Amino acid sequence: MKLGYPKNGKFGEFGGRYIPETLVPAVEELEEAYLKYKDDVDFKKELRYYLTQYAGRPTPLYLAENLTKFAGGAKIYLKREDLLHGGAHKINNTLGQGLLAKRMKKKRIIAETGAGQHGVATAMACSALGMNGEVYMGYKDTQRQKLNVFRMNLLGSKVHPVKEGTQTLKDAINEAIRDWITNVKTTYYLLGSAVGPHPYPVMVRDFQSVIGEEILVQMKKLEKKSPDSVVACVGGGSNAIGTFYPLIDEDTKMFGVEAGGEGIKSGHHSATLVGGSKGVLHGMLTYLLQDSEGQISETHSVSAGLDYPGVGPEHSYLKDAKRVKYDAVNDKEAVDAFLLLSRHEGIIPALESAHAIAYAIKIAKNMPKSESIVVTLSGRGDKDVEEVGRYLSKNVKNKK
Amino acid sequence: MSRIKNKFQDLRSKKQKALITYIMTGFPSEKDTLSAVRGFVKGGADIIELGMPFSDPLADGPVIQNAGFQALQKGMNFSKFLALVKKIRKETDIPLVLMTYTNILYSHGYEKFISTVKRAGIDGLILPDMSINESKDFLLAAKKNKTDVIFLISPNTSSERIKKISSASSGFLYLVSVFGTTGGQQQFQNYTVQAIKNAKKILHGKIPLGVGFGVSNPDQARFIIKSGADAIIVGSAFLRLMESTPSEKIEQKIGQFTTSLKKATITE
Repeated sequence: MKLGYPKNGKFGEFGGRYIPETLVPAVEELEEAYLKYKDDVDFKKELRYYLTQYAGRPTPLYLAENLTKFAGGAKIYLKREDLLHGGAHKINNTLGQGLLAKRMKKKRIIAETGAGQHGVATAMACSALGMNGEVYMGYKDTQRQKLNVFRMNLLGSKVHPVKEGTQTLKDAINEAIRDWITNVKTTYYLLGSAVGPHPYPVMVRDFQSVIGEEILVQMKKLEKKSPDSVVACVGGGSNAIGTFYPLIDEDTKMFGVEAGGEGIKSGHHSATLVGGSKGVLHGMLTYLLQDSEGQISETHSVSAGLDYPGVGPEHSYLKDAKRVKYDAVNDKEAVDAFLLLSRHEGIIPALESAHAIAYAIKIAKNMPKSESIVVTLSGRGDKDVEEVGRYLSKNVKNKK
Repeated sequence: MSRIKNKFQDLRSKKQKALITYIMTGFPSEKDTLSAVRGFVKGGADIIELGMPFSDPLADGPVIQNAGFQALQKGMNFSKFLALVKKIRKETDIPLVLMTYTNILYSHGYEKFISTVKRAGIDGLILPDMSINESKDFLLAAKKNKTDVIFLISPNTSSERIKKISSASSGFLYLVSVFGTTGGQQQFQNYTVQAIKNAKKILHGKIPLGVGFGVSNPDQARFIIKSGADAIIVGSAFLRLMESTPSEKIEQKIGQFTTSLKKATITE
């Protein structure tokens, strides 16, 4: 089931390269560079150095005893990606691609961002590695994630608010691709999730696989076996594929949790794998949220980072192969889990990760105490406190 | 023989190059699209490209993006597009090429989509995000329905790849003139001329070369033709004209602008 490096960029029927011809030489150059350096001793050594000394790897695997007691079933471990520099797993990928871009002699880096976590991680990598960063962010997202806009500016990257389309992550990706088409010779596009044309999905997966690799080592130490279950949230799906991929051949149940928004039936959600159909967007064939004529749907989630109508092609493959079960958690359940983890464990999770927490509590209840679940806590929630405040005051008003 | 192939043959005998004009269907209304098409025909356009709006047009610049967005907002959809094509077909025999994005075809199914638009009167297809590497099913469906497939090449496409892409293309080959999205208005640089000359050399007269993206006035059109192109493709400039023209004047204004561009394609 482990696909390794798919030569034609295909995960089963998914993935590929549906891109304007101008970008073909760019992705070919990128693929060539990635294949040259991915197993290169010096490259790996340098990446390891930055991941350890700069980003703070390895991250702890923390047994959340209070949460475990609350759920009353399987032990719940948290993979603490929230403790990484920048506050999210995104830095694993931006350091990897940043070092690659440097070897490709690209000075200008562009990126897209949803919640702003990838934008911040890109800005950090650019600053640390001496490159110029520019980040596209949907205007709506710049409004609900102001703190991260400020952080990116502080870190020396320029933020371009995108007012086209739905003004969220997908439009930020469109605009970044348009920039890339225009400045293809000088610019490196540092994509933040396991999406886009080949080789991005496989490259981002590889850089994020450090999460699952550490989980495996840590669980063998703590529980003397691989985890019985793992849970991760899925927007584009980079923390999830990084969690799942190294465990695919283990005897581990896997759960990907998408944003159910106001409920799947309401139509206001971002649960691509649960409620979507196959299509082509952003260079890849994958599951999408779209109408019957192929127009991409407007998505909704309380968490900007999951607010995306597509998903990484390898997740589409793992869904159809039935290796991973994908399910959705709605806004309310996610906010409840956000509050719960804050109060019971003293950990404020990102709203994205709160979806995974909510789901883990649900399944832990029905599992024996001898078993264990690992939840990837992909990011911390400082950026979300205002959004949660807004959500709560709106909902209290609605109740009155 | 296809309408497109026929047209290029006819133009060759008249020592003319082709003017290909683009319009986004449903922008600002279906009625205005029809007026614009009448203007194209009267003004002397040789081939018409009909854009079908897609929510995420990543190869397009602001003008076409905005036109597509507004068309969708006003309810443009597949059945309205088909009705429009059928209406146009009743009035003219001019070759019609559909330009949209891969997902629109994929979601209907390549075979079903292509056979339907072909029956309505479409002669060829342009999908800026369809790479030849992913085109097997798409090409089969197009071939089966005798519909031309116009692939795009770019100034950075290798000679090897141009050969491959041109042998998969029919009707004409579309050279994107600049690094960028549609509708740029900058002056052409030397690399564009080089790209045209290089492509012409490789194509060896086997298939006509159309050049578009950023061709917005007769001087630029003349420059591109002089550099060796067999056709010029003008889109965003027409949409800009539509934006600033009241409905009742569209046919006339579009017609005049078309005529001024067509003159640039008459080399003798």
